[in-house]
Amino acid sequence: MSGTTLRAWLLTDTPASRRQAAWGRTYRGWLLFRRNKLAMAGLITTIVLIVASLAAPLITPYSPSAQDLAIRLAPPTAAHWFGTDELGRDLYTRVVYGGRITLGMVVAVVVLVAPAGLLIGSFAGYLGGFVDKALMRITDVFLAFPRLILALAFVAALKPGITSAVFAIALTSWPAYARLARADTLTIRGSDYIAAVRLTGAGAGRIVLRHIVPLCLSSVIVRVTLDMSGIILTAAGLGFLGMGAQPPTPEWGTMIASARGYILQQWWVPTIPGVAILVASLAFNLFGDGMRDVLDPKQR
Amino acid sequence: MLTRRSLLASGAAIGAGASLVDAPGAYAATPPGIVVMAKQIDDIISFDPGEAYEFSDNEVDGNCYRKLIVPDPTNGTKIAGDLAEKWEISEDGTNFTFHLRKGVRFESGKAVTAADAEFSLHRVVLMNKTPGFIITQFGFNPDNVQKLIRATDEQTLQMELPSPQAPSFVLYCLSANVGCVVDKATAMAHASNGDFGNGWLKTHTAGAGSFRLTSWQASDHVIVDANPHASVHPGVKRIVLQHVKDPAEQLLLLQKGGVDIARDLLADQLKSIAHNPEFRIESAGQGTSMYIAMNQSMAELAKPEVHQAIKWAINYDAIAKNITPMTWTVQQSFLPRGLPGALSEQPFTQDLGKARTLMAQAGLPNGFNVTMDFISAPPYDQIAQAVQADLGKIGIKVQLLPGEQKQVITKTRARTHQLAMLVWGTDYFDPNSNAQAFCADPDDSDTSKLKILAWRSHFQNKELTQEVEQAAKEVNAAKRIALYQTMQKQFWDVAPFAMMLQKDEVATLRKNITGLRLGPMPDYTKYSAIRKV
Amino acid sequence: MGRLRQITGTAASVPVTLFGLILVTFLIGRVMPIDPVIAIVGDHAPPDVVARVRTELGLDRPLIVQFGIYVARLLHGNLGNSVMTTHPVTQDIATYFPATFELATTAIILALVIGIPLGVIAAARQGSRFDHAVRVVSLAGQSIPVFVLGLIFLLIFYVKLGIAPGTGQVDVVYDGMVNRITGMLVVDAAIEGQWDVFWNALGHLVLPAIILAYFSLAYITRMTRAFMLDALAGEYIVTARAKGLSGTAILWRHAFGNIAVPLITVIALAYAGLLEGAVLTETVFSWPGIGLYLTVSLLNADMNAVLGATMVIGFVYVGLNLLADIAYRVLDPRVR
Repeated sequence: MSGTTLRAWLLTDTPASRRQAAWGRTYRGWLLFRRNKLAMAGLITTIVLIVASLAAPLITPYSPSAQDLAIRLAPPTAAHWFGTDELGRDLYTRVVYGGRITLGMVVAVVVLVAPAGLLIGSFAGYLGGFVDKALMRITDVFLAFPRLILALAFVAALKPGITSAVFAIALTSWPAYARLARADTLTIRGSDYIAAVRLTGAGAGRIVLRHIVPLCLSSVIVRVTLDMSGIILTAAGLGFLGMGAQPPTPEWGTMIASARGYILQQWWVPTIPGVAILVASLAFNLFGDGMRDVLDPKQR
Repeated sequence: MLTRRSLLASGAAIGAGASLVDAPGAYAATPPGIVVMAKQIDDIISFDPGEAYEFSDNEVDGNCYRKLIVPDPTNGTKIAGDLAEKWEISEDGTNFTFHLRKGVRFESGKAVTAADAEFSLHRVVLMNKTPGFIITQFGFNPDNVQKLIRATDEQTLQMELPSPQAPSFVLYCLSANVGCVVDKATAMAHASNGDFGNGWLKTHTAGAGSFRLTSWQASDHVIVDANPHASVHPGVKRIVLQHVKDPAEQLLLLQKGGVDIARDLLADQLKSIAHNPEFRIESAGQGTSMYIAMNQSMAELAKPEVHQAIKWAINYDAIAKNITPMTWTVQQSFLPRGLPGALSEQPFTQDLGKARTLMAQAGLPNGFNVTMDFISAPPYDQIAQAVQADLGKIGIKVQLLPGEQKQVITKTRARTHQLAMLVWGTDYFDPNSNAQAFCADPDDSDTSKLKILAWRSHFQNKELTQEVEQAAKEVNAAKRIALYQTMQKQFWDVAPFAMMLQKDEVATLRKNITGLRLGPMPDYTKYSAIRKV
Repeated sequence: MGRLRQITGTAASVPVTLFGLILVTFLIGRVMPIDPVIAIVGDHAPPDVVARVRTELGLDRPLIVQFGIYVARLLHGNLGNSVMTTHPVTQDIATYFPATFELATTAIILALVIGIPLGVIAAARQGSRFDHAVRVVSLAGQSIPVFVLGLIFLLIFYVKLGIAPGTGQVDVVYDGMVNRITGMLVVDAAIEGQWDVFWNALGHLVLPAIILAYFSLAYITRMTRAFMLDALAGEYIVTARAKGLSGTAILWRHAFGNIAVPLITVIALAYAGLLEGAVLTETVFSWPGIGLYLTVSLLNADMNAVLGATMVIGFVYVGLNLLADIAYRVLDPRVR
């Protein structure tokens, strides 16, 4: 009974409050999303990944750094579902813990990049003039490099490792968000709505933070979800080139790099982490695609 | 002129023709008369013997140039004459007279004379590049070398040392790569701005060896062709060193017939090919040591009990057996096996009980945290992780910091490391090189003239430092060896270095290739006897 | 006039961007954890040699002075010498860039030839199984790391099946046989008529080109499909259908004709994106292009080479983006 009344409340054409309208919109978006089978597959896989990463110690029989030199490079068996790597460590455990690292890096980058890019872009777009030009020149310089190459150079200059990799990827990603937020701001700032708010005497900071940023949010969210797979790939790429997470950290790209020489005989050692990267990346992409279809159908 | 095209045309190129389809098992053989060797050659900086110092360029120079003397190929502790037929040393050890062989010719056709030997040694000192110290350490400098090293006639070279040195020490240094005799006429014909031909000799050779350098493309290939005027004619017309970075790829190329010899296969690849009758594995011990340095500037590492605890915690045999079989063997002395005076006892094995007792004696029963820098390439990454696990068992929590070899070196030179796992190759075939590197720290300040391994880890031991200098000057050969043996034993007890493994240079050859002679140092690896059946 | 001003405006911002690029690259080069002097003289050099070389390289002078010298030399076209190859960096780049160009161009041609029709047809059959399949394939292309796909392809086609030749641009045996004319081995071999080298080089080109093409394809197909969906929804299409024009004619002549312009922008951007993909692909396949040159120089702390290669890649990237921008403004009558 309460199920149907809840549903009716959400889907009503005449919402009684702003909150009800917002919830209704979200629910409608969810229904639309649910109809997209591929997007749902992406969402479910993503959730499985997150849960598996959080529950890593519970679902893995070994420690990711426990070596057993006598059984190096063993093929999959009942004791070791994915076999063992070049130091006799259980590959299944390392792949699961690797998920933690990967998701952790993605979250870290997003947490750094999205707010920074959003704020910089909105302020630049709203204030215009010299501030805008200066900030845009800076983003130009960063956008002038292919992302991986700039990240590579940064990490090489700092110390290879997860922290450097996260910073490097963040440094190379924020310009795109700034640009996006700026473009949205430019469209919004001339609107009547903003003019009205300005008449109430609100300062630039307040206007940007309370009124403009929320409106830019949806395109930034879409961009974030689409970018996540790109972040995963760049992190793996850095790991593969030896510049990202370092052994014995079980980051997928690093694991592939360490095991690259074994691809001939013990092909599962470098291949399985590769498959993991593919699955995670694809899941985020499908999920992001679905989100975009819902939030910003014009961008299809 | 010998070109690849002409060689390909003359030989029966089995399957080397255009083919996208390359069935597994059947192979496109390399043409007859040419041997292709897969080797990592991205370390080459220059082929000028007065400048070269890396493994690959020393190896090529060793085949394109000849020296006055070389270590006896049958017994490394003896010295044999190469360009020098015989030599005399004065009683006090300061005067050397070398008598050169007649009838030896450079690749240009010109005869080898004492003037060329004189020129070669002069330029080493005058240019004073990286390997220059091997000669200048005897007291030669740009002001005195022209007086002290003189060609008294066509076949005689006179060398006068400013102060007495152990004769074997001097002779072994002359057998290092810097002792290569360069064709003076050719070098000076290409000299510019007083560089003694350095600019040209970076990318060309002018020697009397069995081969001559035809072309070098950095990180790609080196081609050497038979020297028509050589005294020892090589068994093949051309050898191509192909740069292949990945050992797995070297194995693949070897199996598919793309190369005849693979030089950098690791233990796992060797294992997979060991029983295959198509291939043959040859190896020779080399003067390269793997060790862990403990920086004395860190309080915990400065305690002598901790040095010994670390040495007793590592499971050397498991590492050598499981991670590096056939490629690295246990050698716990700072002198590699094969060098005169090197001890071959291995006093340390894993004894966790003993190690823990030592830690308690040091006042650190619960261990401590420490970082370890290491080279991120295989097999070092695996060995580092194994060491990390071993030290973890006695409470030392190691955080691993991988890096490119040059990066780790930069850090240890700046003395900012705590533990560092590195590799050291002896500079010349004499115990002084490693003894000085590991034991001598006369001046621990930043302006020291000697900044090798002991200095980098702040290892100041007056007794050992003195012994190094003493042994370098000891004219009596037996006494000299005894001194080095004493030093090695002392080192085991006090040094903050855990010496672990010694390298075996391994070459994997197709069964129809014979004659590659691997030497104890890259300079002495010879191609002249290589034959392709 | 307005358009011209816009273009010059965009073009004028380029020097500023390039300067920023040079500054960033220079700073990166000086902050590296590898001592460039050690990269040259090696670890066994005595302190006096190290000090002497440091002075020779000017590395003991203040950073600002070093930057000034660097920029001054740059303006004369002097990028310094590479430690690894002992050649001037400009010469190295001229040696290695054509190989990347060869690879990237082959990849983009493959991607266009396959990707555009796929995108167009998928849009025409929106919602069908074909459309879904195309979407998944193109999404997968943006989800696999290049190096994983490269390694797997090598494993399957080279090792197990023996169909494809190994890594590198050409078999060891043929190295050095063909004279450099354009620097692109396939083209040079054809010009000289050395057909065995030609076929061998072509064989080596296939696998890396396919892999890179797949990545561009993923992006191109997606954008083509998106643009076509927009175009097909336009009113003039309804008119065309009302007039009785056939489906194919509508599709290709009218709808596609309208998206040709934004598609050019996409192609330029896709080509620029290939530079990034090249770094990883060249590493896996030992392809002697500028991506490999950059990675190896980074690992060897060969500063001049790193700066030179990064800057050239950056310049090309900026150039392509600028081209895309200009093309968009010039060719699209709707943008003012």
